[in-house]
This record gives sequence, C-alpha cells and structure tokens, in this order.
Amino acid sequence: MAAAEEASRPFAGLSDVSISEDIPVEGDISVPVGPSRRDDEFSTLDEPVKDTIMRDLRAVGNKFIHVLYPKRSSALLRDWDLWGPLLLCVTLALLLQGGAADSEDQGGPQFAEVFVIVWFGSIIITLNSKLLGGTISFFQSLCVLGYCIMPLTVAMVVCRIVLLGGSGAVSFAVRLTVVMASFGWSTFASTAFLADSQPPNRKALVVYPVFLFYFVIAWMILTFSP
Amino acid sequence: MENMDDTSGSSFEDMGEMHQRMKEEEEVAAEAAATEDDATTDGEFLGMKGLKGQLGRQVADEVWQAGKRQASRAFNLYANIDILRPYFDVEPVQVLLTCVLPVQKIAGELYGPLMLVFTLVAILLHGMKTSGTVIREGTLMGTAIGTCFGYWLGVSAFIYFLAYLVNAQITMLQMLSLLGYGLFGPCIVLLITYNIHFHFLFYGLWLLLGGLSTLRMVAALLSRTVGQTPRLLLCGMLALLHMLFLLYLHFNYHAIVEGLLDSLEGPNMASMQRVARDVPEVTLNATARIPGTLLRIR
Repeated sequence: MAAAEEASRPFAGLSDVSISEDIPVEGDISVPVGPSRRDDEFSTLDEPVKDTIMRDLRAVGNKFIHVLYPKRSSALLRDWDLWGPLLLCVTLALLLQGGAADSEDQGGPQFAEVFVIVWFGSIIITLNSKLLGGTISFFQSLCVLGYCIMPLTVAMVVCRIVLLGGSGAVSFAVRLTVVMASFGWSTFASTAFLADSQPPNRKALVVYPVFLFYFVIAWMILTFSP
Repeated sequence: MENMDDTSGSSFEDMGEMHQRMKEEEEVAAEAAATEDDATTDGEFLGMKGLKGQLGRQVADEVWQAGKRQASRAFNLYANIDILRPYFDVEPVQVLLTCVLPVQKIAGELYGPLMLVFTLVAILLHGMKTSGTVIREGTLMGTAIGTCFGYWLGVSAFIYFLAYLVNAQITMLQMLSLLGYGLFGPCIVLLITYNIHFHFLFYGLWLLLGGLSTLRMVAALLSRTVGQTPRLLLCGMLALLHMLFLLYLHFNYHAIVEGLLDSLEGPNMASMQRVARDVPEVTLNATARIPGTLLRIR
C-alpha cells in the first residue's frame, strides 16, 4: 500500500535528497538503445528508391504467377497488396474505351463503369463472403479478386488484336473461346482462394457472386466492338 | 464484441448507453490527464525537471489510448456488419427451392433476394447495351442498379406500409425476402426476351412467369391478412406494381429488330392500347411515377 502510494507520487520521497557516506553509489547510467536497433531492422526509409520499387514489383509479379498457377498458398494471402488490382483495372478500363458508335460522350462513363463494376463488385463479394462466415479478411479478399481479373485482361488484349483483323464469324468464335476460357480460369483461380475460407456446404453461396462478377466483366469484353 | 452480446433489439437502441459510456470514459481520461498534470507541476515545483518529458509522453500516451478506444467503439457500433450476419445463414439448396416453389412460411433471409437483385441488374445491363440505350447524365450501371434496388427496397417499404395500415402480419424482413424472391420470374423472362425479340413471346411469358411469381407473393400475403378490403388493397397493389415493373423493364430497354418492326408493331400497338384502355389512370400514374432519366425509348 505504501509502495503504491510511493509509486503514485514519485517525487514525494525525493523531497530530501541526501546521500549518506556509507552507501556506495556507483554504477553506470546507460540509455537502452533497443528501440532504435529495432527500428533499423524494419526501417526502409534509408534504402535507395530502386530497392523499394523492385521489392514491390517482385511482390506483384509473384502474385501474378500465383494466379497463373492457382494453388492455395498462405504467403499470398498474408502479404496482400492492391497495386496489381489497380494496374489491371486501369488497363482493362483503358482497353474497353471507345466501344460505342457515338464515342464522343461515351469515353468517360465507360471508364468509370469498369472501375465501378470492378471495385464495388469486389467489395460486395467480400462483404457477402464475410457475412457467410468466411475467415478471410476484407483486404485479402479484395486483393484476390483483383488479381484474378488478370486472365480477363489478357483475353481483352487478345480480343483487341483479333478485332484488328476484322469482326466476322471466325473472329467472334475465336473471341468467344478465349473469353470463356479466361472467365473459367478467373473464377477457378479466385474460388481456389476464397471458397477455402468457407464451411464446405456453403461454397456454392460464395461462388455464385464471383461467377456473376466475372461473367459481367467477360460479357463486357466479348461485346466490345471498336 | 461486448456491445453485440444482446442482439434481440436493434443495436441503435443501445446508442444512448454507448454515448454515456464514452462520455464517462472521456471524463476518466481527462481526470487521469489532470492528475498527471498535477504530478507534473509537483515535479516542477520540486525541481525534477529532467523527468517531465517522460511524464509528458505518458500523458500523451494515455490520451492517445483513450481516443483510440473511443474511435474503435464508434467504428464497431456503426460499421458492424455482424448485425446482418443472421440473415445470411442459408443453405444453397434452400435458396434454390425458395426461388422456384411457393412457400407459406417466408424465409427471413436476405442472401437469395440480394443475389436475385444483382442478377437482375446484370440482365438489365445486357438489355440496355443491346438496345443501345444512351444515358446522358449518369451511367448505364448507375441506372441499372438504381432501378433494381429502388424497386426492391421502395416497393417493399410501400407494401410494408400498406400492410401496417391494414394490420397484416408481415415484417419488413419478410417483405424484402418475399419481393426479392418474386424477382426470379422477371429475371427469367427478361433473360429470354432481351435476346429473342418476339412480342407475343414476351406477352406470353409476362403472363405466365410474371403471373406465377406474383401469385406466389399474393398467396403468401393472403394468408397473413384478414378482411376482404384489406386483402384486395394489399394484394392488388402488389400484383399491379410487380406486373407493371416487368412491363416497364421490357419496353424501356428492348431493341427493335429492323425486319420485324413492320410486321409486329402494327397489331401489337393495338393490343398495347387495349391494355392501356382498361386501366388508364393507373398506367398513367405508374409511368409518371417511375423516375425518368433521359432515355431514348425505341
């Protein structure tokens, strides 16, 4: 009780500061340098900019490879980042522009449409999977859904190249095949990550919105005509 | 989450208590800061200026912790999606069956209705794009989402209000669920008729599938209402709005295939007028009520 009182009024006991001769007062006062040491290990402020950029680019590239060969890996989920989804979304939106006959007032809203569809769709799917009892976090889910748009972006590039050669039945058949394949790949890749975090009998409930989401994007790619 | 232990009432009823607790915490933190301040001034008085910096840091820490606690409590209160978690507790088979079969016991869940509304949004987008609709002030996506969600939420609220007036035993959640599942028929109809443009086909499907889904909703409502007039009012209103919505969705966003224009539009215009003559004032009211964007109606 007295010690607590002493501790709460730390300067009360020092009102008479006097050191008697027979108590040896010695030792060394050293400020512990632990915190600054810890900071040095994680501080990335002093490294060259190239290192920072290369590290982030390597992380993004690593995740792209994971989408190409989808297998559940906790490392991918742990270090989520939204650079890849942003890059893919902007690329897709730019490629999908100018797809209407009267394109003078369609450029802006089309870009915004792709953005809105991708990001709000991802947010809604994430909320849905969390409400269904999923164990994946909000940003991890956004990260997975964004990265799995990559096959569809590749399909968009292929479609644009095919459309350069004309827009007949053959080109439509080729585009249809490519878009269907990439749509299936996207859905499969994202469910490899998302559905695992669900109880087994509810996987279909999570897969359906993902299916709808990628279906809308795939259909937008397929019906694009310059 | 300690503030979500009791989910029997709305968590917003606890808001007053939450505010009280937050104010008390604020006062406690202020008191702690005040006593720390006193200790600091004591220290100054006693000449121990060297340690004041450390005390200052402790005070700042304490205030920061208190502020963080308050912010996280406010966040947990307002951005807590766990409020909606019980409404998503379904099995896939259950959702599929409720879509198709008539039920007397309305499932109080929101997953099926929400997914059906989103499916309708996707189908509507497809219809808008194939008909080449141009929306000058806004986006296609915004209009599609606004139409579908506006219908689902608005008509649910309206029918719930009517049900409240006539003392029907239905809750808002049940009404949302009922109307959401009732959109299954229109989804199928629009999916078919946005791609195959035959007016007779549309009218047939409108009556068949639209009528069946309306009948299902009406049956569920009938069993919860007493009295002839209330039943007529409630069920008639719901049937009218549902059928008219399907009609509106089809005719606003459907493409006219050039070759069929002459052959089909003639007799069909006459039949449209027949429908209009039957209930002229209600048709007029319905089209006037629907919020208009600048659409080219083909």
